[in-house]
Amino acid sequence: MEKSVVFNGKLLPYLLLAPQLAITLIFFYWPASQAIWQSFLREDAFGLNSEFVGLENYQALFAQPEYYTAIGTTVVFSSLVTVLSLGVALLFATQADKNLKGASVYKTLMIWPYAVAPAIAGVLWFFIFHPTLGTLARPLRFMGFNWNPMLDGTHAMILVVMAAVWKQVAYNFLFFLAGLQAIPKSVIEAGAIDGAGPLRRFWTIIFPLLSPTTFFLLVVNIVYVFFETFGIIDAVTAGGPAGSTTTMVYKVFADGRLGGDLGGSAAQSVVLMVIVIALTAIQFRYVERKVQY
Amino acid sequence: MANVTLRNVRKVYPGGFEAIKGIDFEVGDGQFCVLVGPSGCGKSTLLRMVAGLETISSGEIDIGGRIVNAIEPAERDIAMVFQNYALYPHMSVYNNMAYGLRNRRVPENEIKTRVEDAARILELGTMLERKPRQLSGGQRQRVAMGRAIVRQPKVFLFDEPLSNLDAKLRIAMRVEIRKLQRRLATTAIYVTHDQLEAMTLADILVVMNGGKVEQIGNPLEIYQKPATTFVASFIGAPPMNLMPIEAVRAQLHGADAVPAEAGQLGIRPEDFELGDTVPAGGIGLDLRVDAIEHVGAETYVYGARQDVGHNDSLSATANDVIVRLPGTTAPDIGSRIRAVAPRTKLHMFSADGRQRLAV
Repeated sequence: MEKSVVFNGKLLPYLLLAPQLAITLIFFYWPASQAIWQSFLREDAFGLNSEFVGLENYQALFAQPEYYTAIGTTVVFSSLVTVLSLGVALLFATQADKNLKGASVYKTLMIWPYAVAPAIAGVLWFFIFHPTLGTLARPLRFMGFNWNPMLDGTHAMILVVMAAVWKQVAYNFLFFLAGLQAIPKSVIEAGAIDGAGPLRRFWTIIFPLLSPTTFFLLVVNIVYVFFETFGIIDAVTAGGPAGSTTTMVYKVFADGRLGGDLGGSAAQSVVLMVIVIALTAIQFRYVERKVQY
Repeated sequence: MANVTLRNVRKVYPGGFEAIKGIDFEVGDGQFCVLVGPSGCGKSTLLRMVAGLETISSGEIDIGGRIVNAIEPAERDIAMVFQNYALYPHMSVYNNMAYGLRNRRVPENEIKTRVEDAARILELGTMLERKPRQLSGGQRQRVAMGRAIVRQPKVFLFDEPLSNLDAKLRIAMRVEIRKLQRRLATTAIYVTHDQLEAMTLADILVVMNGGKVEQIGNPLEIYQKPATTFVASFIGAPPMNLMPIEAVRAQLHGADAVPAEAGQLGIRPEDFELGDTVPAGGIGLDLRVDAIEHVGAETYVYGARQDVGHNDSLSATANDVIVRLPGTTAPDIGSRIRAVAPRTKLHMFSADGRQRLAV
């Protein structure tokens, strides 16, 4: 029998947990509860007074047609960014996993974009594709393509999606590469001897064995795309033109910071929080079940 | 249905390292060929070249009358059992075995028959729905075997398939593999570093060292007539006693009959016996017993030679001689014994050990 150490005191376990609990409470639960409380209040125009208005902020929010547009934009934006950043990263990782010359240089260079702050990445893309200044926008125009993300909502969406994907690919790449390298080489060789071509090997052996990594990245990427792409959108399009790139998180910022409607903004954060919690719960419940092997 | 022939096969890595330095041999249809050698001798590389997992730098590999140098592993009609089994961890035992057949578009009912047959032979019948992680090491090994046999390939390739098993299971599986291969009459190439496994399994034994073949032949022939000192010391446990000829000239009866080019003399531990009279043309060594190993049916005596001066240029190991005695009777430690061996049991090699000489 193995002896386990037993603490008799009731106090010690709580003391040991205290630092972690304090951090969680101060930095996560307190702001979150503030946001929830705020969503039931309405402030006056000068921020001097606030009154309790119950669910009025929520009623106003769901009566706004712009809010439904923002939800639609978020769905489009987040699915595009998640699928593309995962897909592109997986493609790059499978290439980097091959024993090629210069593979280590390639791997190092692949990580760099992740070190660039979202807002700076946004500014870079903004300039590269600026309709009049952009180094890549000019050739596009020259080829007869009327590129203008300042006026065309679809172009603006393409631009923010590209910037957000570019930023996230590095991170996904790193995890996919680690995942690929953890697959024993002999299993893939066994597949080759068993008559599976490279593509079939990928889909029937490599991809299923990679599924824990893919699942983890799916959760991380959805959270990324819901919250952290804010900086990119702000720098590239500031939600425009005409709200065509205003995602839910950007609308929280626009309504609260720029519009001064703290209560409405808080109500939106709460909705966003509920959605992300729900999505993550669904992923863990249903998707994780399939990644068991 | 398939001979495997290697003709001057070489493997040179991009860095210039030559792992395989020109190998020729032929494995006849249905024969069991074992490649044996110390680690780093190139035996696994050679097997992987036959499988198509490593490119062939020069020379030819011929499987069943077809040169396979440029043919993909899948098209070579071979099946391989890996050292770590390389089972697909996300597939059930059934699917692990069926995978190769599905890739070849074998009808599903045919797959079912073949997998169930294999499962019956390998006693895996009740485990078909399990995942590899739910199996023991020995069961995983059998699944790997099953995956190879359902394919009904021309050639089985085994890359140290038993080295991850415990000693008892290894012996049991060794016998199983041999029986299975006989029954299926499929040509097999088997890589191992274990000389006992090599001796017991092989129809043809290929002893490799440093990317080259040291000797090819049937195991007993190799044991009885090792072509080089490397083979002499690698095959057989405990290894053959090897001594410089100069150090035993005085102890050798009829020393003038020794070939002029002989440089080293070898005697297997079991060819010694204790006695006073040296047989005509034989050898007699005076030993001090340093250590004794009882292994049950026999006893190994580790002796240090007393008939050579300590100032001799001999290394300490060349002074040590291992003698195998039957049963459990053994002399006391520290006592003096005289070990003798007849002329017919002596092995003579050239000074560099590369050539066997007629005694």
